[in-house]
Amino acid sequence: MSDTDVAASVAATPAGSSSELDRLTAPVPAVQDGGPDMVQLLTPEGQRVPDARYDPIVDALTDEDLRGFYRDLVLIRRIDTEATALQRQGELGIWASLLGQEAAQVGSGRALRPQDYAFPTYREHGVAWCRGVDPLNLLGLFRGVNHGGWDPNEKNFHLYTIVIGAQTLHATGYAMGVQKDGAVGTGDLERDTAVIAYFGDGATSQGDVSESLVFAGVMNAPIVFFCQNNQWAISEPNERQTRGPLYRRASGFGFPGQRVDGNDVLAVYAVTRAALDAARGGQGPTFLEAFTYRMGAHTTSDDPTKYRVSAEVEVWKHRDPIERLKAWLAHEGKADIAFFESVEKEADEVAVHVREGCLSMPDPDGTQMFDHVYVEPHPLVERERAEFLAYQAGFEDGGH
Amino acid sequence: MAATTIARSINAGLRAAMERDPKVLLMGEDIGKLGGVFRVTEGLQKDFGEDRVLDTPLAEAGIVGTAIGLALRGYRPVVEIQFDGFIYPAFDHITSQVAKMRARSLSTVTLPMVIRIPVGGGIGAVEHHSESNEAYFTHTAGLRVVCCSNADDAFWMIQEAVATDDPVLFYEPKRRYWDKGEVGDAPDLSLGQARVVRPGTQATLLAYGPMVKTCLQAAEAAAAAGQDLEVVDLRSLSPLDVDTIAGSVRRTGHAIVVHEAPTAGGLGAEIAATIQQECFYSLEAPVLRVGGYDVPYPPAKLEEEFLPDLDRVLDAVDRSLAY
Repeated sequence: MSDTDVAASVAATPAGSSSELDRLTAPVPAVQDGGPDMVQLLTPEGQRVPDARYDPIVDALTDEDLRGFYRDLVLIRRIDTEATALQRQGELGIWASLLGQEAAQVGSGRALRPQDYAFPTYREHGVAWCRGVDPLNLLGLFRGVNHGGWDPNEKNFHLYTIVIGAQTLHATGYAMGVQKDGAVGTGDLERDTAVIAYFGDGATSQGDVSESLVFAGVMNAPIVFFCQNNQWAISEPNERQTRGPLYRRASGFGFPGQRVDGNDVLAVYAVTRAALDAARGGQGPTFLEAFTYRMGAHTTSDDPTKYRVSAEVEVWKHRDPIERLKAWLAHEGKADIAFFESVEKEADEVAVHVREGCLSMPDPDGTQMFDHVYVEPHPLVERERAEFLAYQAGFEDGGH
Repeated sequence: MAATTIARSINAGLRAAMERDPKVLLMGEDIGKLGGVFRVTEGLQKDFGEDRVLDTPLAEAGIVGTAIGLALRGYRPVVEIQFDGFIYPAFDHITSQVAKMRARSLSTVTLPMVIRIPVGGGIGAVEHHSESNEAYFTHTAGLRVVCCSNADDAFWMIQEAVATDDPVLFYEPKRRYWDKGEVGDAPDLSLGQARVVRPGTQATLLAYGPMVKTCLQAAEAAAAAGQDLEVVDLRSLSPLDVDTIAGSVRRTGHAIVVHEAPTAGGLGAEIAATIQQECFYSLEAPVLRVGGYDVPYPPAKLEEEFLPDLDRVLDAVDRSLAY
């Protein structure tokens, strides 16, 4: 459209309408296109795209950091592949694959500082990895051994939340607590704390997510809302969740929103780091939309061939997060073949750790279900525990 | 302490809890400058500041959801839900998150929070302002549910609820907020214990919250007719103080459970089942229930017909004793 055409179309706009309204209600760009507002620092071909705002953040990374990103991406993909295989072999009840979303998770996970706190969905295996949570802990949940066997405060990584979007409110409340502790805006990057809430495109339809945006905005809470828009909420495409682009929602809540190429680990890292540091600096929340794609099924129970075409998946294969980083690292001489081979070898070792750890994971003791319900003594739970034990003992005595 | 109202007692109890522990926060709609629609938090924001007494956005899921996050960060939030009928938007967070967090984290995380809910009818309100929904929560493992009925208990129970590391739903009998009573120097029971508020020999009335007063009035009237009724104030709805309940019923042989909530699937059903299990050989009559009818809470002009009153309680007593 030429400038003259734009002027003509504005002039022709009926009263009560506006070009701003048109912009806000414009359909979501096709999945092939994140649109002109999307931050991308590395093209799918591995070409570095200059960006005045975010280049300084990327330039501050050492070659070792960058190789570390690559290592993270490869290892977490291997863990994910292994977990999918374990489910197929009957060792896990279900698995939610992160295939395709590695860069969104590693980029944002590595942008966190140690004191920061992450609130994941059930698919944030890459973020868990970045926080130092042993992948075996994730498998415990999907194997049915526990509901998440890690201490959230050990790595500042909350338990997986299955109820869609609920964790965004917990994250917001946690961020309000950070504020009350005075751990915001002191200028000390090692102490000032930010919170990150993960959720998906489907979750944006939940009232909880909107309420969390309200609370965070009103309270100026130090939080980053990190939406991984993987285009699909099980079988429902973006068009079933939203009429306008998700990142633009933030403006209605009074704080910035930004779309970033979720398959570009450099862009995700830089954009998330900037948003987290703004939050810890007292500038309040940011909404980030990592534009990515769920390459696999929603979970191992799902069959995506029933609702999406393979051509779409093919398009996204060319945007693979690992291939583009590998191409760039090799071209820039930041990593050599020996490095890439060493990462493959390490991935094999991690896969063995995951497999062996999964197979040797003990079943929980039956009384575990009574042990953690209440802090204070509870007569009903105690009575039922005693009854349970007596009933079980009856089998041992041959009484039943 | 001089005689004071239930509302003022809760206020004083909250003040004491906040003075004792700087991590205690109050959150809710209109609880700051206004002091809450029932004035239960009156003056607390002025004295403790906006940082500790938060006027929240008008969103119950948001209030409870962010309170969870604050508790995860080490705070002890005390949430006010403005009216019983407004708890439902927060139902998911209460049942799926608050109640389960400790169990699913294998005790690595606890949520020491209190959710205060004015409960019950009798104030001539419009719909959604008069409900008794405690059974939804007594059915949920991981929660403690309590209900005070007098100023003394209100003062001590709210402090105990704040002090316990388990999440507590704290029901406040809204039509009794202005009832006065003496407040003692120390609590004589723990939070989980029931109280025999009137000893008697012929039948046991089991009640909580607003119905305790109704049952005491019924017992008074029955005494004039020569019936000697015992009244037990349950105080703790989950867990139930089975020892006190069963102890009373074993003595009297007759039990009548009274609550405002609709009868079917109500707490009275659980209590009746517990009594028949624990006191089978002592029972002289079936356990009876007097409750709200199993209909949506009616318009205010009909609430006197809907709610159990002295006569309906005495009618049940007569039926039990005549069995």
